Amino acid sequence: MLKDNDRIFQNLYNDLGSDVISSQKRGDWVNTKEIINKGRDWIINEIKESQLRGRGGAGFPTGLKWSFAPKEVGSRPHYLVINGDESEPGTCKDRDILRFEPHKLIEGCLITSYAVQAHVCYIYIRGEYFVEGQKLQTAINEAYEKNLIGKNAAGSGWDLDVYIHYGAGAYICGEETALLESIEGKKGQPRLKPPFPALIGLYGCPTIINNVETIAVVPTILRKGGKWFASLGREKNTGTKIFCISGNVNNPCNVEEEMSIPLKELIEVHAGGVIGGWDNLQAVIPGGSSMPLIPKEKCETLTMDFDSLIAEKSGLGTAGVVVINKDQDIIKCMARIAKFYKHESCGQCTPCREGSGWMWRMLERMAKGEASKDEVDMLEDVTKQIEGHTICAFGEGSAWPVQGLLRHFKNEIKKRNKFDPIVKENKNIPYLVDQHLLDKNA
Amino acid sequence: MSLKRPAKDQPDHFEFSSTSLEAANNIISNYPEGKQQSAVMALLYIAQKQNNNWIPLAAMKYIAKFLNMPYIQVYEVATFYSMYNLSPVGKYLVQVCTTTPCMIRGANKLVEACKEKISKNESELSSDKSCSWKEVECLGACVNSPMMQINDNYYEDLDKNKTLKILDKILKGETPKSGSYRGRINNEPENNRKTLMDLKNA
Repeated sequence: MLKDNDRIFQNLYNDLGSDVISSQKRGDWVNTKEIINKGRDWIINEIKESQLRGRGGAGFPTGLKWSFAPKEVGSRPHYLVINGDESEPGTCKDRDILRFEPHKLIEGCLITSYAVQAHVCYIYIRGEYFVEGQKLQTAINEAYEKNLIGKNAAGSGWDLDVYIHYGAGAYICGEETALLESIEGKKGQPRLKPPFPALIGLYGCPTIINNVETIAVVPTILRKGGKWFASLGREKNTGTKIFCISGNVNNPCNVEEEMSIPLKELIEVHAGGVIGGWDNLQAVIPGGSSMPLIPKEKCETLTMDFDSLIAEKSGLGTAGVVVINKDQDIIKCMARIAKFYKHESCGQCTPCREGSGWMWRMLERMAKGEASKDEVDMLEDVTKQIEGHTICAFGEGSAWPVQGLLRHFKNEIKKRNKFDPIVKENKNIPYLVDQHLLDKNA
Repeated sequence: MSLKRPAKDQPDHFEFSSTSLEAANNIISNYPEGKQQSAVMALLYIAQKQNNNWIPLAAMKYIAKFLNMPYIQVYEVATFYSMYNLSPVGKYLVQVCTTTPCMIRGANKLVEACKEKISKNESELSSDKSCSWKEVECLGACVNSPMMQINDNYYEDLDKNKTLKILDKILKGETPKSGSYRGRINNEPENNRKTLMDLKNA
């Protein structure tokens, strides 16, 4: 288990208070000026050396992302945008940072803004987190009062303004370009990339977008050194991570642990084990709902980091671990996730808009045993048609969990859905057609 | 995609109260000059709060003028995002999360409780028109599931009985205490905490 003094979020459970005085006591805002005075290149290099990867889901190297910001500020100002639109089912880590460690985030905003030469930072919080947003606003006000942000922030000579922008209940706004659209006062539909936001982002200006957790760990990394962070976990999967363990466990919880921790340890030690015992485990969704599930056999030895989960054809995503035991109907669970994606599709790209609803309807029927044998293959085909054919990664997000189900529980679906399709003979139908559209008398 | 329709009965007129006006101007100053459209989401919230928890079409027209942007773009935003109520929802809006992490811990029992206490169908006002309920997608409190949101507050670690009691309170016009209903502290593993124990015991 990770040593307590290697934990970045000392106040994860709010034992100490989230106000600025308590935060300073545990090391926030100490020597911020000295850190900034070491210069842009030093900061970015230290983050590169720490091998920090984005905590929002994609796991893109943070130092590299920052280095994409133009070196010189031209006619357009630079912006820093913090993504706190935490909406991935199974994930609730940013919520705790916003309400219990807001000063880590604000200090991170200052250092990052300096590193990417931004004078304005917008923190985008999902609308439902209103209470958390108020706590963050209180912390921002405290920071202004103490001159930690604002003009000559923390004595560093850098000016920074921090504003909160509330979302309004759209999952898609967690996608970085949709988030920018949303800040611009439009509906949150993703933009085509390129151009990438680092060059043309918010209001057409260079913009760096990072997750709340990514930015909140930055000050601690710079204080303790990139080498310290890189010494935790393993190569390219370094540092600590907040895991959210939910679902059928005895003690669902958030816990900060070392990257590459065995999944079994996470569940058995921190979350009090699976309800009904380890043998009652059916499957685990390792990184929020868009990551394919992992069946029990693989959970025995699985370690939780970006690369080992990719090797299992899944992903670390947001590290929202949803444990599903054998008391649950796995097809029903995935049908509900498909419904989530149907509800949250922004409607911009046809494969996702139509496909997400199609997958949901098929899975609902499969859960009831009302689908035909052929539909199992058709379902797989639909996922393949969505994947890679949409503007944003949401398409993959909706297709992957269904593919995961088909990969590991196809037999379960086939057992339940036995009846022959209505159309038996091959009519050479050119492409995907929903069953009810076919001539039933054929 | 979700479908949203404005209410049939619409007031003819809407304008910001003086407190709303002040809040709106404050928000606009958060954005660069000429980019006041960015404030549209916040202004819709302000209108919603002022108008008993829902946004009439007149408010959208008012905001469009206020921000100097086309009315249809305000309408587009108001219909796209799920947290803008386009028809009356009552003083208390109960939102029950039923996405998978909550579902497998018994969110359907919370839905049952809402059906018994508030109204048979979702998005339907209670008989005294004081509240309504609906199922929503993940609210981001998965380790505290099952849970629901009433107006701005989260109610966590629920079961059917606890939900019934909370609903009784709001039907009496009271605001129940938010947070965990199993007495646990925030997101820590109940009775099983193994980390940062020095701080807990300090």
